[in-house]
Amino acid sequence: MARVVDMPKLSPTMEEGQIVTWHRKEGDAVEVDDLLAEVETDKATMEFRSFDRGTLLKVLAPAGSMVRLGDPVAVIGKPGESTEGLVSGTRAGAAPATAPAGVDAPSEAMTPATTAPVLVTGGRVKASPYVRKLARERGLDLLTVHGSGTGGRIVARDLDGGAVATRVTAPSAAAPKPTSVPFAAPVSATVAREARESVSKPLSMMRRTIARRLTESKRDVPHFYLTIDVDAGALFELRARLNADLDKKISFNDLVVKAVSIALVRAPEVNAQFTPEALVYHRRIDLSIAIAVDEGLVTPVLRDADRKSVVEISEEIQTLSARARDKKLTVEEMTGGTFSISNLGMFGIDEFAAVINPPEGAILAVGAIRAEPVVRGDAVVPGKRMKLTLSCDHRVVDGAVGAKFLAELRKVLERPLQILAH
Amino acid sequence: MKSMRFREAVREAIAEEMERDDRVFLMGEEVGQYQGAYKVSEGLLERFGERRVIDTPITEAGFAGIGIGAAMVGLRPIIEFMTWNFSAVAFDQILNNAAKLRQMSGGQLSVPVVFRGPNASARQVGSQHSHAMEHFYVNVPGLKVIAPATPADAKGMLKTAIRDEDPVLYLESETLYSVKGDVPEGEHLVPFGKARIAREGTDCTLISYSRMVHVCLDAAEALAAKGIDCEVIDLRSLRPLDEETIVASLTKTHRAVVAYEGWPYGGVGAEVVDRLQRLAFDELDAPILRVTTMDVPMPYNAKLEQLVIPQAHRIIDAVERVTYRRT
Amino acid sequence: MKEAKTALEMYRMMLLIRRFEEEAARAYSLGKIGGFLHLYIGQEAVAVGAAHAMRPTDSVVTTYRDHGIALARGMTANAGMAELFGKVTGCSKGLGGSMHFFDAENRMYGGHGIIGAHIPLAAGVAFASKYTSDGGVTMVFYGDGSASIGATHEGMSLAALWKLPIVFVCENNQYAMGTSLERSISVTDMSKKADGYGMAKDRFVAEDVFEIRDRLKDAVERARRGEGPTLVEILTYRYRGHSMSDPAKYRTKEEVEDYKKRDALNQLRAELAASPETAKDVEALEAAVEAEIAECVRFADESPEPTADLLEPTTYAGEFAR
Repeated sequence: MARVVDMPKLSPTMEEGQIVTWHRKEGDAVEVDDLLAEVETDKATMEFRSFDRGTLLKVLAPAGSMVRLGDPVAVIGKPGESTEGLVSGTRAGAAPATAPAGVDAPSEAMTPATTAPVLVTGGRVKASPYVRKLARERGLDLLTVHGSGTGGRIVARDLDGGAVATRVTAPSAAAPKPTSVPFAAPVSATVAREARESVSKPLSMMRRTIARRLTESKRDVPHFYLTIDVDAGALFELRARLNADLDKKISFNDLVVKAVSIALVRAPEVNAQFTPEALVYHRRIDLSIAIAVDEGLVTPVLRDADRKSVVEISEEIQTLSARARDKKLTVEEMTGGTFSISNLGMFGIDEFAAVINPPEGAILAVGAIRAEPVVRGDAVVPGKRMKLTLSCDHRVVDGAVGAKFLAELRKVLERPLQILAH
Repeated sequence: MKSMRFREAVREAIAEEMERDDRVFLMGEEVGQYQGAYKVSEGLLERFGERRVIDTPITEAGFAGIGIGAAMVGLRPIIEFMTWNFSAVAFDQILNNAAKLRQMSGGQLSVPVVFRGPNASARQVGSQHSHAMEHFYVNVPGLKVIAPATPADAKGMLKTAIRDEDPVLYLESETLYSVKGDVPEGEHLVPFGKARIAREGTDCTLISYSRMVHVCLDAAEALAAKGIDCEVIDLRSLRPLDEETIVASLTKTHRAVVAYEGWPYGGVGAEVVDRLQRLAFDELDAPILRVTTMDVPMPYNAKLEQLVIPQAHRIIDAVERVTYRRT
Repeated sequence: MKEAKTALEMYRMMLLIRRFEEEAARAYSLGKIGGFLHLYIGQEAVAVGAAHAMRPTDSVVTTYRDHGIALARGMTANAGMAELFGKVTGCSKGLGGSMHFFDAENRMYGGHGIIGAHIPLAAGVAFASKYTSDGGVTMVFYGDGSASIGATHEGMSLAALWKLPIVFVCENNQYAMGTSLERSISVTDMSKKADGYGMAKDRFVAEDVFEIRDRLKDAVERARRGEGPTLVEILTYRYRGHSMSDPAKYRTKEEVEDYKKRDALNQLRAELAASPETAKDVEALEAAVEAEIAECVRFADESPEPTADLLEPTTYAGEFAR
């Protein structure tokens, strides 16, 4: 008996996945645990292995298609078996839009809080009718658009067509079409306009995830920022000596990561997260390390940083970076951090404020080490300084708590031999 | 232009039409000697006499039927219900006689009668005297249902109603009677089936009629301060309904809220929503929301009454939802 | 024979009504007529007497048992039968049916299906006569089954209060559908209701069409003189059930047969046949009625049905309001 193979849950937060490649084609024999396809989820590209034994009779979701969790992707059965009837239904993402399940303004019901419009989805893009019209007119693929409306519905403002949400004063002009964005070019340059048109690049899963998570963070998490400017002279010297004595290169980042883990042991209140029910204080120190990759950034987790030497940390960060570039990070490697570190020092950024990586309670933004005159005793001498900015979720980390952590961090960074003692 | 109150506008329409056409008369409870329960017909008895300003006993089915019968043979009765709540006991006359005589007679008969009076909530008059009756009547083919919000429309539409060949149900509001407004001088007729844009806007369409238009205008002012520019449409004619104007507005704003007195199950608002989703589906950026009377009989207690009746803040809330300012 | 010409005329109309209804019953059984069909057989003398008590400028409103008074007021058998057949040539263009015969030209204002609701309506027609001083009188028929409902009471209250030129004719045929008079009303002499409204009253048995005419005429002229309405109760009997679906098990065959012996139509025919000045005309007259009935059935059968384009213009006089 042939059976329909549904999109499995390949990451804890996965709601849909994009088939990257099929590793079996129709007619191929399939064993249990054979690699069927690779699927890009919100987290990473995952292997999709077969739970069934038989012949791949039909591929329902070709490479490139986006499939909701639990929607059919293929049929496996005996060779020559008919797939008729198994896939004729409407499950294959082609389900007609279910009408909004309700419900008008709360004012009409006795229980106002429960009656916001709710969309029932069946493997489809949730978009308002007006957005669908605009997409038809402009030739847009709505799969690439992030929905900011109720339940993730794509609404006009997501296409710049509904200025109401962002405009406060001036009435909106007609929504600009992406294909004819009026650049501030001289009139005589109109001939060259063709070549200067904007390019639409479809959103990758990673970009969609970044957009969604960071938007949620900035919208829902009350951020505030604390900055310190530390004397990095000793740290600079330590690194030079370490690199002279060791075979491997230790980066400033490695040292900062270790310093943070020490400071977190001494000021554990920052290693925490807010939940609606309770404040959760973590005992483990698992640091999310922001790593830039081609399509954006990922935050693999360095586990138990407080229990690892700086050399171990350095090696592990290198491994994680390489795996990130190759898109080989597993979901497990990217979840469960307790505190984040983002370092843009290598890009020449003096200081910046990072967006908190939910559900963590804080993120440290590390700037470049600057050569500056510093005062030592009574003399002004050439020195090194570094700025670090802590972004705190005010629901769990208050100003004094953040300040205490930064004070501990300063102590470690300015007397950096401690880094080697832990 | 002449500034006058809503009740004076109604009175002036009646008087002008009675002056113009001897077939027009006013009949109802306390319209004559008492000068009108809400003083709408004040002075008309003195001016037109007992033949044409006729006090009735409390017999809504009786005098509604008499109005229909007189209209059927060529008169132009204006039948006043002291409030539309009492039309319920004459419902059969309106449903089975006024609305159907033309069809049952194969088109031989017309029924040019006007029924009018205050409708919907007043102030703490309790569950039996606070009905928004239009929702029952708009359902009936053969009837026309009108609900003006301003003195100008009150006058212009009542004059049109009196001249109309079909039965017209004309709904006033006790809480509108003292509202002042400019009314054009001279012959002023407002056609049916044409909505009025009470306020222009670009972000969300607020659709309403009668007293609730004024509540919508208040809500629109408050929303303007928040950067949301609402267009307020006064339907004023509920049957026929001006599809063109509401569709044009939705095509501009892509979002709509319908606010009116009356229960949420069915009714005028549900009809408006149906037309919009049918005629302008592709223009919708959000589900259309309705702000209505809560789904309970009207309580007497003043605070609970205000809770049950639609208020500006509920309209504001709905507009913020359809513009995705909140979820 | 007194008023021989009128007698022949009244006999012709009573016979036309009866034969019309007998053929209607046949057509109903053949499926040519749908819905409700309420027959008037046995009560013809009331309609014919009433029609002869009125002027053409007077008006009539009645219940759903309306074929008799419509024909008596001058509607053609063709227009009536075609209406029953649901044809566009019917008096109401096939949109009204048996219950809704209308003939504005002959001032026959329906044909009403809601018990008692037509009483205020008729009072409105009378009100218009008073308002315009056109000298018209309205006669409204209702059955014993309409006597207790609210609209009847309100219409009578207002008509009496304002002394409207109207005559309320209660055709007491003893049965409100299947409920006998005794079981449906506490005071079975329904003319007594007039006392409560302060209006004149009369009460008699419908055995002689001339008597019906004369006593109704008294009431009509009283109304015309501005002396207000009269409630006239006429005791009559329908031979058929309430409608075609009524087997009439609530009464005995003997009771029906007893009434048939006193049938006003048969009595009038006997008188006409016995009188030398009219005897020679009776058979020719009957043959003419037969021809008219045959013709109306043929006409109804062959007439076209109404089309959908009639629906909107018969719903609103002006532009359709949607």
